Amino acid sequence: MKLIVAIIRPDRLNEVLEALYRAEVTGLTVSRVMGHGGETDRVETYRGTTVKMELHEKVRLEIGVSEPFVDVTVRAILSAARTGDVGDGKVFVVDVDQVHRIRTGERDEMAVTPG
Amino acid sequence: MIHPLFLLQDGAPAVVAADTAWMLVATALVLLMTPALAFFYGGLVRAKNSLNTMMMSFAALGAVGVVWALLGYSLAFAEGNDWIGGGAYALLSGVGTEAHGTIPHVLFMAYQGTFAIVTAALISGAVVERMRFGPYLAFIVLWSLLVYAPVAHWVWGGGWLASRGVLDFAGGTVVHINAGVSALVAALVLGVRKDYGRQALLPHNVPFVLLGAGLLWFGWFGFNGGSALAANGLAALAFTNTFLAPMATLVVWVLLDYARTGHATAVGGATAIVIGLVAVTPAAGYIAPVSALVLGALAAVPSYFAIVARSRTRLDDSLDVFAGHGIGGIVGALLTGVFAARAWNPAGADGLLAGHASQVAVQALGVGAAAAYSALGTWGILQALALVTTLRAAPRAEGLGLDVTQHGEEAYASAEGSILVIPDAAPAGAPVPTFAPSTP
Repeated sequence: MKLIVAIIRPDRLNEVLEALYRAEVTGLTVSRVMGHGGETDRVETYRGTTVKMELHEKVRLEIGVSEPFVDVTVRAILSAARTGDVGDGKVFVVDVDQVHRIRTGERDEMAVTPG
Repeated sequence: MIHPLFLLQDGAPAVVAADTAWMLVATALVLLMTPALAFFYGGLVRAKNSLNTMMMSFAALGAVGVVWALLGYSLAFAEGNDWIGGGAYALLSGVGTEAHGTIPHVLFMAYQGTFAIVTAALISGAVVERMRFGPYLAFIVLWSLLVYAPVAHWVWGGGWLASRGVLDFAGGTVVHINAGVSALVAALVLGVRKDYGRQALLPHNVPFVLLGAGLLWFGWFGFNGGSALAANGLAALAFTNTFLAPMATLVVWVLLDYARTGHATAVGGATAIVIGLVAVTPAAGYIAPVSALVLGALAAVPSYFAIVARSRTRLDDSLDVFAGHGIGGIVGALLTGVFAARAWNPAGADGLLAGHASQVAVQALGVGAAAAYSALGTWGILQALALVTTLRAAPRAEGLGLDVTQHGEEAYASAEGSILVIPDAAPAGAPVPTFAPSTP
């Protein structure tokens, strides 16, 4: 039982979702976040004021999966989110102590298995 | 708009104060339509492309306006042959405060300039979210000289369509069919957006779309009412028809929406208003107000189903310029031939309902000629530009959005994470972000 947290480019989200659905990974949470990695800064100009945008818009995916799904999920994200340029993001795989499904009260593996 | 006033007048023309007053206002109203269009289009695209889309309209205020004054006006309205005007008014020479009809010549030039600007801006709806901004600017400049000015000359400048009796009161052919067909061709040349057909590309700000449609309607009173070029009964007729037709279109559209989806959509309502305005444009000064209601109601149907059908094809006319302005314009031009009545405008003609069926054929000639020429012209200009530059943004830039990549700005920027670049400070001394990456 792992929690997979992926930070990806917003414009790759659709490809990643497609890849995840193909891999039959259906339960996930998506949020818009701001972040900073190694990518070059974007320069913008407003009324003569030039600014470097240090924070970039990213999308964070959180996916709770059972052990057999860990590799499948990570591979789906890696292949769909990659553009080859700096700023493609990261995937973190984190151990999870407990998972509870609120609707049924199921625990752990059962709680992250669809149905 | 081939001035009936000229024909009625005997003796030296004189500037009439009332006409001039109305036309000054009408010119400002039509100019407002371009910013209005910016809101209409800007709301319909994704947030990351909203500034680029709005700038495509705003930039026409600059680029097209300037070339109109330098050359376009002369090509459209100076004495020339059947196909194009001459160079007599180039650089605005000979365009002074003397009477042109009953208004000062400079005012006539400015009024016509506002039409050229908004027509070029209309095309942008077909190429949004993917066309590079520089080539777009080059395109609208060339298009306004090579496509708009000749077609305006054919219909309004004493060219061959005018002499065949084509009725186009305020620009159904010159503006809407011309822009609509050009948009269709431009969409085909540019190709589909990279996400088209793979993910939903939704409007980011529907209130903008409604605001834009409302302001377009307001400006359109100058567009149609002003095309009488005088403050008289004809202007009042055109104004009233511009008032009534979109109302009928809106009602029918909402009913169609209810019947098809069960919801009256706001984007649909805004679109309906614009299509009603487009359709009544050629007819405004030639038909009875009751006919305008019928015309507006009828015009809703073809455009409605064209939009539904288009979105299922690989034709990425992103904001449905062809379904709106092309089809709306064609329907309006043909219905002008049906409803036109000399009883309402003696300088016009009788249409089908007044027993003069051949007017419909004359209208169809105007539609066909304008459509063929603008398709060819647009295709030629884009192909020529493609030889010297790249028309499309790179897929990566398309993904990031054209606001950042083409303009270096965001519509909805948050200052979070931005660092002020002070011009005089040495780059090495630039402030270090507190969250600097740990690895080089």
